[in-house]
Amino acid sequence: MQFKLNVRRYDPEAENPAPYWREYNVDVPENATVLDCLIHIREYIDGTLAVRCSCRSAICGSCMMRVNGQARLACATKAKDMQEAGEAITVEPGGNMPVLKDLIVDMDVFWSKIRQVKPWLEPVQPIPEREYLVPNETILDLTVAMNCVMCGACVSDCTSLEVDKNFIGPAALAKAYRFVDDPRDEARQERLEELSDYGGVYDCTHCFFCVEVCPKDVAPLERIVEIRERAQGAGVENNAGTRHAKAFEGIIRDSGILDEPMLLLKSIGMNPVEQMKNVPGGVRLLRAGKLPLASGPFHHKIPGHGNVKRLFEKVEAGQEA
Amino acid sequence: MLEHDVLVVGAGLAGMQAALHAAKQGVSVAILTKVHPVRSHSNAAQGGINAAMEEDDPWEDHAYDTVKGSDYLGDQDAIEVLCSEAPETIIELEHMGVIFNRGSRGQIDLRAFGGQARKRTCYVADITGQVMLHVIYEQLMKAGTQVYEEWFVTSLVRQNDAVCGVIAMDLRSGELHLIKAKAVILCTGGSGRVYEPSSNALICTGDGYAQAYRVGAPLMDMEMVQYHPTTLPGNGALMTEGARGEGAYLINANGERFMERYAPNMMELASRDVVSRAEQTEINEGRDINGCVLLDVRHLDRNTIMQKLSQIRELGLEYEGIDIIEEPCPVRPGMHYMMGGIKTDIEGATFVKGLYSAGEAACVSVHGGNRLGANSLLDTLVYGKRAGTSAVLYADGISSPDIPDSRLQEDREHINGILSRNSEQGERAAALRLAMGQTMHQHVGVFREQSGLEKAQDTIATLKERYRNVSVDDKGKVFNTDVLFALEVGLMLDVAEAIVASALFRTESRGAHYRTDFPERNDDDWLKHTLVFSDESGPRLETLPVTITQWQPARRTY
Repeated sequence: MQFKLNVRRYDPEAENPAPYWREYNVDVPENATVLDCLIHIREYIDGTLAVRCSCRSAICGSCMMRVNGQARLACATKAKDMQEAGEAITVEPGGNMPVLKDLIVDMDVFWSKIRQVKPWLEPVQPIPEREYLVPNETILDLTVAMNCVMCGACVSDCTSLEVDKNFIGPAALAKAYRFVDDPRDEARQERLEELSDYGGVYDCTHCFFCVEVCPKDVAPLERIVEIRERAQGAGVENNAGTRHAKAFEGIIRDSGILDEPMLLLKSIGMNPVEQMKNVPGGVRLLRAGKLPLASGPFHHKIPGHGNVKRLFEKVEAGQEA
Repeated sequence: MLEHDVLVVGAGLAGMQAALHAAKQGVSVAILTKVHPVRSHSNAAQGGINAAMEEDDPWEDHAYDTVKGSDYLGDQDAIEVLCSEAPETIIELEHMGVIFNRGSRGQIDLRAFGGQARKRTCYVADITGQVMLHVIYEQLMKAGTQVYEEWFVTSLVRQNDAVCGVIAMDLRSGELHLIKAKAVILCTGGSGRVYEPSSNALICTGDGYAQAYRVGAPLMDMEMVQYHPTTLPGNGALMTEGARGEGAYLINANGERFMERYAPNMMELASRDVVSRAEQTEINEGRDINGCVLLDVRHLDRNTIMQKLSQIRELGLEYEGIDIIEEPCPVRPGMHYMMGGIKTDIEGATFVKGLYSAGEAACVSVHGGNRLGANSLLDTLVYGKRAGTSAVLYADGISSPDIPDSRLQEDREHINGILSRNSEQGERAAALRLAMGQTMHQHVGVFREQSGLEKAQDTIATLKERYRNVSVDDKGKVFNTDVLFALEVGLMLDVAEAIVASALFRTESRGAHYRTDFPERNDDDWLKHTLVFSDESGPRLETLPVTITQWQPARRTY
């Protein structure tokens, strides 16, 4: 079957290195994957095309790239499914990582973020003579996180990382969950505190792209939310994220409508130094008209806000039952 | 100048285990790998890892099953080490963080696997290798071991009868470097790409076999090539033996569970060579479905499939468009594993001083003529540890090697030769590899005989000749994967030559090596290993006795 691919190329050794597009027509079996097409190009049409690949069955995580604009494993993507009538399949390197050559990106930062979460078991002492006894349900839950092949698809398409290089990112946080959730790990509390800090679980903006693009159903965002819940359950609350969540809840409960300036103040907390640091940002928000002036005692409550309060109570009662 | 006491080549389970244990002794250790460690092919081991974990299961029973599985070609001292150290290895892994599925008391659960008299396989769903690889990489990050990531060894440096370093290319810059090392441990895995098709990853090009062979270390039992009974016809991907462990059937075009004619007791769980031969016989005799038989799990509980076989369900959906819950899946025997490899002793030492090996790259031999499913992961860890430890002992006693810079020049010239050839007129490496792979599959596969093997021998010789004119499109330095592949193909042709020569030499049928012209096992003449050396004039063959401790060769039935 004929497929047309438009591949984004980049040769760092060119005289004036700049990305460009090159179109290829390949004749491959009907059930060929995008990776099969690229290998065909490399082997028989144009050997200069650089691509990382190994297992061909979605377990090694080498061939993450953007196909038709979305991060995917090329080996787990059927060319047929990507081909739209008359259109070429577009193939680009993954995002949020510097391109080294053609479809090969530099994953050094990816791995440094993985190392940042201290991704190894700190075994509960004393270490037993035999294996630790662990309920199988826990193992099944951990298996979801261990399914991660470190392909970087979630990092490629993460919208938080795009604007905040300090964010640990979805892959490293999903990896961190694997230890937080492991009853054999002793450093749980310490991990929860670090993960709740600046750059951690609260810096995710819930865009859900990581869930959508993950080829192994790890659903990093869900792991991030679970870390938050565990952190708050373990009393890790002295951080902007928890204060923000609590302030949000308190304000809505009381007035039924959000009071942005108060939310900002409460999220920063009662630390004058931190508050001063946020003044320039506050001014920018004001200028952009994103910060209504009526706040605190001047903030209005919506009519019938008592109903909102009752909704909260009902939900809470339901949770306890 | 780059220099280490111990340099490990390859970062799969064996390589990382060797490096971790070498580093524990406080010497300078580094790993060199052509892909990031978690991209290694250990990932692909789905089903599990064997160990006699239960009190009423003495390790000797595991050893016996392994000896029988090997068709009595495994060295029994090595198998005793493997099986007696298995339970502690599993516990170490568990303490390291490997999750393992659990039984009702929270203990490590066991599943059934082929060729074994009882359940003995520890597992994590059907991603056991992946989980182990990632966990051992966690330990490597914790230890802070240096990794030359995306570097490729172009040759081993041998001086005064000892290996004392490597010449390697940093793929990112394209620069060649000399790395001195008092000891080198080859953990470069298998050579599936010598065959077409194969269940193996694209990186499995047998680099270590060829490099060891070229510096005089012999390869042992290279004719023992395992065909896995259940690979997908499309891309050769593996469908775990764990499926049959959980109770899957194999059926032919007539709907028969044909294994009852070949292995009435063990049925689908007979050892891999037996099942693959049975399937190939069914296929050759016309009871096939488009060159395949069917793997049927429809009678299994849906939850079992979803929890324990979820990955192979995905593979079926992805590559064959078949949901195994609803429909049986076509499978066929596919090249999967090399029982043979670089000959080592039980400390991981090869015949050449300073050169060690472990994992699929090595042949201790614990697998003999046929490896049992779930014994390969065990092999990587038990013998990775031993190779790492003994390489340090050796390195301790010698001084830093002195290697002239001119040694680098030889490899540079070879690569420049490939780069300078006009790609319009030269040979394409891909075409050479495909021709090699198809020949090997056709003549050196499940069934073999003299004339076919001779044809393969001629073809490989011709391809080697054509290879002298190999060329590439990419003339650059940064990530020149074109040159990398050309170098790999050159190594693979040496591996193919060694396999064919060994297969011609062994005139009997044993384990995975089935000669239709010599259909019987012949213990009188062939209860011994084949050793192949690289000579000026080509492969030279010798034999080595098999070590027998407590299990005398007996007729093998399942």
